[in-house]
Amino acid sequence: MIHFENVYKRYPSGREALKGISFQMEKGSIAFLTGPSGAGKSTVLKLIALIERPSRGTVLINSQNTSRIRRRRIPYFRRQIGTIFQDHKLLYDRTVFDNVALPLVISRLQHREIARRVRASLDQVGLLQHEQQLPLGLSAGEQQRVGIARAIASRPELVIADEPTGNLDPALSLEIMQLFMRFNEVGVTVLIATHDLKLIDRLGQNQFKLLDGKLMNGLDDSLGIATQA
Amino acid sequence: MIKFLIHYGSIHLQNFLGAFGRLSRQPLSSLMTISVIAIALALPAGLRVLLNNAELLSDAWEGTADLSVYLKMDVDEFEARRLAIEVESRNDVSQVQLINSSQALEEFRTYSGLGVALEALEENPLPHSLVVRPADGMKGNAEELVNELELLAQTAFVQLDTNWVERLRGILELTQRLVDLATALLSLAVILVIGNTIRLEIGGRRDEIEVVKLVGGSDGFVRRPFLYLGFLYGLLGGLMAGCLITLSLLLLGGPANSLAALYDSNYQISGLTLPETVLLLGTGAALGWAGAGLAAVRHLRAFEPT
Repeated sequence: MIHFENVYKRYPSGREALKGISFQMEKGSIAFLTGPSGAGKSTVLKLIALIERPSRGTVLINSQNTSRIRRRRIPYFRRQIGTIFQDHKLLYDRTVFDNVALPLVISRLQHREIARRVRASLDQVGLLQHEQQLPLGLSAGEQQRVGIARAIASRPELVIADEPTGNLDPALSLEIMQLFMRFNEVGVTVLIATHDLKLIDRLGQNQFKLLDGKLMNGLDDSLGIATQA
Repeated sequence: MIKFLIHYGSIHLQNFLGAFGRLSRQPLSSLMTISVIAIALALPAGLRVLLNNAELLSDAWEGTADLSVYLKMDVDEFEARRLAIEVESRNDVSQVQLINSSQALEEFRTYSGLGVALEALEENPLPHSLVVRPADGMKGNAEELVNELELLAQTAFVQLDTNWVERLRGILELTQRLVDLATALLSLAVILVIGNTIRLEIGGRRDEIEVVKLVGGSDGFVRRPFLYLGFLYGLLGGLMAGCLITLSLLLLGGPANSLAALYDSNYQISGLTLPETVLLLGTGAALGWAGAGLAAVRHLRAFEPT
């Protein structure tokens, strides 16, 4: 599903965010992308969602080479991926329902189908009773769940999340992570960037450890280096 | 296919209604923008209406313009009468009136205010003259008639009373050019005003645009609400401009009618016709769409998500 081959990313500012990383994720798998801030986690996700393009190397998503996707086609490419952000990126002047419906409206689904899918998504994240509320009336954890509902509303095969538990307490974080595991159980490929190592250890799933733009997998002490830095 | 069209139509209807919603949420600032657009549209359109009126008027005058044929001093009244009948028999002449020299003197005495001074004259200095009215359909084409009348042996000279109408036409043509120029400049102003309004709107909805792009909104999807907003600004501006013009003409109507009455004319000032109204609204909407399009192309690309 995701295939990085010797990928470099240098930003216009000159910062080298990724220094030749390679990894693969099978369809239907779940993995965590860990490492301290600035290690390149967000950059990996941005390359997947085509928010950025690699300076060198290849990124294949669902066997599509992202370098070959033209600017005009990017929106259509993004519709195949559910993206979740640390700061939720909700529209605060619209109801929970309208927020979750946004990707479906963009994909020009029929009204009835939109309503059906929005309610199904909200039901999965346990927010069905809040559909007519504005996001600001919800707690941080609930807002994040609205973001998740929006990401899964169009039933993507791939869901990526950037620090989805960044602002949440441990109990809520675990709840959110369990939500992702449940998506994975029904066949969705999930990649989550996080620095919450304790939580991941409890979940016991695949990890890609990033440090300073390089993958540290296979080194037993990489975890220690990552947390110290 | 029909389903697709209905769906497509409903998207546009939604955008259109959405634009209405946006305008009504900030009624005062929307009203101000629309007023600026309305004034910029009403100026050239109103001038055009006035110009049309002036042209109708000058056409009317030209149609009824008479020729005055002054005969030589040695032509006597009998000869003048015979000539009048001869000229009247021409195809391109509808009517000839003979004004003999004593009548002319009488008129001159009455209207010139030189009555006493004229008493001092020993004999009548005025010739007999013919007032020739060209046949209908000779409008602006009286040159030939003038030339032939000038060639008559009895003619001293012919005065075409349309000279001043022609001068008026010249002035109107110049005015027309000025109005064209004003139209172009003010249209540009409308585009810029709407473009700037849309630019501010885009800036204010930056976060929303970013989110829409992140979840896969195409450029067209992002652009559409702004295009409709521009369209609506232009359309409402055009509507208000139409109201302004109609109102102004109502205000002018009274004085214009009394002026016309002074000239013994039943001339009625004419307002915007239906096609002109449609043109005004259409122009407003098109300019709005264009201004919004320019702003959208320039500014939406800058908001790529990061």
